[in-house]
Amino acid sequence: MDFLEIFLSANFWAAALRIATPLVFGVIGALICERAGVLNLGIEGIFTAGAMAGWMAVWLGAGLWGGVLVAAGAGAFFGLIHAILTVPLGLSQHVSGIGVTLFATSLSYFTYRTALPDVSSPPRIEPFKPLDIPGLSDLPFIGPALFQQTALTFLALFVVAATAFVLYRTPLGLAIRAVGDNPSAVESQGLSVYGLRIGAVVVGSALMALGGAFLTMSAFDAFFFGMVNGRGWICIALTVFASWRPGKALLGALLFGAFDAFQVRLQTDVGSFIPGQVFLMMPYVLSIAALILVARKADYPRALLTPYFRGQR
Amino acid sequence: MTTVSAAPIVLQLTQITKRFGSFAANEDVSLTLRRGEILALLGENGAGKTTLMNILFGHYVADEGNVEIAERTSGTLNALPAGQPNAALDAGIGMVHQHFTLAENLTALDNILLGTEKLSAMTSSRTAARQRLDDLMRRSGLTVDLDARISTLSVGEKQRVEILKALYRDARVLVLDEPTAVLTPQESDTLFETLKTLAAEGLAIIFISHKLDEVIAASHRIMVLRLGKKVADQPTEGSTKLQLAELMVGKSVPQSTRSEQAAGPLLLTLKQASAGEGRTALHAVDLELFSGEILGIAGVSGNGQATLARALSGLEPLTAGQLQLDGKDLSGSNARKMIDAGFARIPEDRHKDGIVGPMSVAENLTIETIRAPENQRFGFLKFGAIAERARQAIKAYDIRCQGDKAPARLLSGGNIQKIVLARTLDAAPKVVLAAQPSRGLDVGATADVHRRLLDARARGAGVILISEDLDELMRLSDRIAVIHRGHLSAAEKTETLDRSTLGLKMAGHGFHGDTGEAA
Amino acid sequence: MIRFEPREPASLQRLILIPVAAAIVALVLAAIPITAAGVNTFTAYGLMAKGAFGSMFAFTEMLTRAAPLILTGLAAAIAFRAKLWNIGAEGQLYAGALAAVAVGTGWIDAPAVVLLPLVILAGAAAGGLVMLGPTLLKTRLGVDEVVTTLLLNFVILLFVQMMLEGPMQDPMGMGWPQSEPMLDAATLPKLMSRMRIHGGLIIAFAAAIAIHILLKRTVWGFEIRAVGENASAAAHAGLPVKATFIRVGLLSGAMAGLAGVGEVAGLKGYLTADLSPGFGYSGIVVAMLAGLSPLGVVIAALFIASIFVGADSMSRATSVSNYLADLIVAMSLICVLISGLFLRFRIKFVKPRTNISQETQ
Repeated sequence: MDFLEIFLSANFWAAALRIATPLVFGVIGALICERAGVLNLGIEGIFTAGAMAGWMAVWLGAGLWGGVLVAAGAGAFFGLIHAILTVPLGLSQHVSGIGVTLFATSLSYFTYRTALPDVSSPPRIEPFKPLDIPGLSDLPFIGPALFQQTALTFLALFVVAATAFVLYRTPLGLAIRAVGDNPSAVESQGLSVYGLRIGAVVVGSALMALGGAFLTMSAFDAFFFGMVNGRGWICIALTVFASWRPGKALLGALLFGAFDAFQVRLQTDVGSFIPGQVFLMMPYVLSIAALILVARKADYPRALLTPYFRGQR
Repeated sequence: MTTVSAAPIVLQLTQITKRFGSFAANEDVSLTLRRGEILALLGENGAGKTTLMNILFGHYVADEGNVEIAERTSGTLNALPAGQPNAALDAGIGMVHQHFTLAENLTALDNILLGTEKLSAMTSSRTAARQRLDDLMRRSGLTVDLDARISTLSVGEKQRVEILKALYRDARVLVLDEPTAVLTPQESDTLFETLKTLAAEGLAIIFISHKLDEVIAASHRIMVLRLGKKVADQPTEGSTKLQLAELMVGKSVPQSTRSEQAAGPLLLTLKQASAGEGRTALHAVDLELFSGEILGIAGVSGNGQATLARALSGLEPLTAGQLQLDGKDLSGSNARKMIDAGFARIPEDRHKDGIVGPMSVAENLTIETIRAPENQRFGFLKFGAIAERARQAIKAYDIRCQGDKAPARLLSGGNIQKIVLARTLDAAPKVVLAAQPSRGLDVGATADVHRRLLDARARGAGVILISEDLDELMRLSDRIAVIHRGHLSAAEKTETLDRSTLGLKMAGHGFHGDTGEAA
Repeated sequence: MIRFEPREPASLQRLILIPVAAAIVALVLAAIPITAAGVNTFTAYGLMAKGAFGSMFAFTEMLTRAAPLILTGLAAAIAFRAKLWNIGAEGQLYAGALAAVAVGTGWIDAPAVVLLPLVILAGAAAGGLVMLGPTLLKTRLGVDEVVTTLLLNFVILLFVQMMLEGPMQDPMGMGWPQSEPMLDAATLPKLMSRMRIHGGLIIAFAAAIAIHILLKRTVWGFEIRAVGENASAAAHAGLPVKATFIRVGLLSGAMAGLAGVGEVAGLKGYLTADLSPGFGYSGIVVAMLAGLSPLGVVIAALFIASIFVGADSMSRATSVSNYLADLIVAMSLICVLISGLFLRFRIKFVKPRTNISQETQ
């Protein structure tokens, strides 16, 4: 297949957008946490928890949107744990994040196993269906690329816009950007550093969990062990790549999705000469490459990783 | 200055006591402030000035005593809830901290508006805010570019943003913590003019200082704190420097001043040296240091002093030019090579760059020479020898600590500085770089630092003294150069200089045809 | 409101008491999921204890499981001491195992005295080299090592799978993705007959003692501690900060590599892509429980190993999933983090005061 032909096909971009969706949730979630000054390495576990909780809620009959809510709630719960450990208690954000990932992952696995002790093949749910908006989906190129997507993809795009609006247009966004740069600036103006940071981490974590929920409720229709497979870590790398800006985050996730969709198509072409694992490695290698690319000029939020204690400047 | 004793009281602190462990930072301190009054809070470092203001602002909770502030409309005094910065803010107390509380990634306007609008609001009303600020700036003379990112502003401009923050919130009491520490003498004069204007409009002002000249020049009333206790509260009229100095220090500490001494041979040169990037970069600097002299580097902070220090100590590579020590070219060397070549450095931020807090006093005393044969054999540490030499240093430099095994972080600032002095000066270095060596130290510790530097000079070492304190520079330095926006002026003999010429230079006069816009 | 006041250096008693308390709290908390799974907590813990300590076999199984945990625990402990966040022990373990298999399955034919040290060295070197990349990226370009080491775990595991399905696949393995068996001369000796416990445990103990000595008594250890506690001050004092990071990175990776060597050359005898049930990640918990002390790592690894072995055995007898072990391990990490506060601070619970207190006047 011709390369150009790949890039011009609507199916290709539809696939790219599909691959990008969980990453968009994850990167925006990570971005909100980091803008407030908290690195959230709980992301990988929160993805898993969102995937499991959302799926299980649907499986138990909560309905798809009920499942989305449950997933977000699960994410918020683990986010709250991370927030309490790192914000008022001021513990190492690295270690606490890893702890939350281990906790969220093992709790999800344990719950799944306990609820479904002896199933040989994972039970399936009826996932989100592609939205077909009459008229719009007939548009050339954009129509098929966009309207092969499910409601969760549109939710992700909305989240990007909403986050950009809140961060850059509202007093709350101003406070979040300030608290990630210099918490004493926020405190000296009578705002609560802890409140802002905890809030940001909880909301960011809820969004991360939606990334996980997309996997079990839209991309697939079941929960598998190890299905998150490093997507959370990739989001952390993409956040740096996106220089903590929602627009760039979307762009980065799409670029990443396009690469991934491209390698899948390439695989069908040259898969006979190159072992499949080389292609599977690509997302991780790409993420590392993205980090290296922006390392020199990465403009980290100044207060990232630094706990704040009151009365201490 | 006229007194304002008839004006209504806006703020009253009654018998404030604050203890940290067994140490009383404030003991039974009372204070009354009236409308339109400028009160100077005088005291040396560690006297409890900042603690008192932190209690006022709700950052600390006093163990005893209370704070009362006048009701905005009726003027009756009401107790201010303790430990709540919000309550202080709402009551109209504004504070300009020594370390600015500004978010560098935001604009001046953003920083001023931060926290003044409801967080649940979906919009931000910037046009109205801008109009009010324009008006405020016109009345007070505090002009800044509201759309400039804080990171692009000079220290003086940042301070103006801080004051505007308070004024925008309708502050009735404005507290400034050592406001002139980062300003040129001329900028300080302007600041005090502004404060007088604001006071005339009814603002009550407390400014914290340990500089006697400005306290006498700019205040209506002076309160002196010593070791946490109030030792005087008197009108400025009739106060003299001598009397205030005695009140502040208690006993007079003999201050070291350099004696005449002929400079020796050339020790260290920088030729057309550039380093760093951005605001604090160093541009084609020439510097010569001779044996047996102290070369002072004056300048407003943030003009490239840190880069100069880092470049000299091998922590930052020169992007152009040459560094020579004792005739050897050391342009490309690292910190280790500089130390080995006889270069000693007393870092500006002694907590962050001077010591490894959790490690012991002995380990901190040995850190620079850990690879020397007297401290190790085949890579294994000689604990006995290290401890023995540490005990000697503790004695010789009078380091107050609970033995050589105590973690260094538990020591006071002055004693931490003694650790740094002991380990750098004991090796009898050829060149000593001292960056802000007395900042934040009390009079006794400062005198000790000065004596050590003069001793090094007497021994024949060359000393580079980077300081923002003109008194310190003029008392110790043989020659003084001024740094401004990364350019270094030619050093001139101290005798030929006075404060105002130095001040003008610090503001940029005489640099490359620059006519001296404020830095 | 909670207030922290820094405390004087903690006593040894406190240093030991706090992780023990954390572990106990984690075990108590685990009663919730056990009960949720419909099993009596005491029954479950009884079975777990029996599974880890109930017989000589159980005990040696626990020790066998502890060996890789000690080594990955050391990998995390030494790296975290220098504030080098190596979260990639899992990948480095596989790299070590792969190197051990490459050297020990017939490529070199030599007697055990030559081959075994070579196998060990190759594994350590491979683990170290894998960590060298992220370390250099950190010191040269300022790339955050947390993310790079995490991502490398996936890359290496895929690389191992690729080798096991390709050039290193056992031709006699009936198509299973596994390596050829290790030569006898490349196999670590068994410590007891009829038990699986092997020489990897000796390597782990020796490594713990060596790292303890390194940190406490040598110049390198001094530099590692100084760089970890305050890299800026270390740089000002002329210590080789970057070289220290590189040394630590190599050493940390080597420890994880050795864990891989032990598993293939001591336990399994060949390499598969499911060699490690997450030893690399559990190593982080081990290190944190140990307060980053190398000797403490040994104790913490024994605790974690008994949880794993005990839970495996218990889950065979009850309806509680053996993911309980991972859950307890994760909760111990969170508990030990929180309890660490009691080491560094005196924690005071103060009532927020809205009015002025005059009680002492």
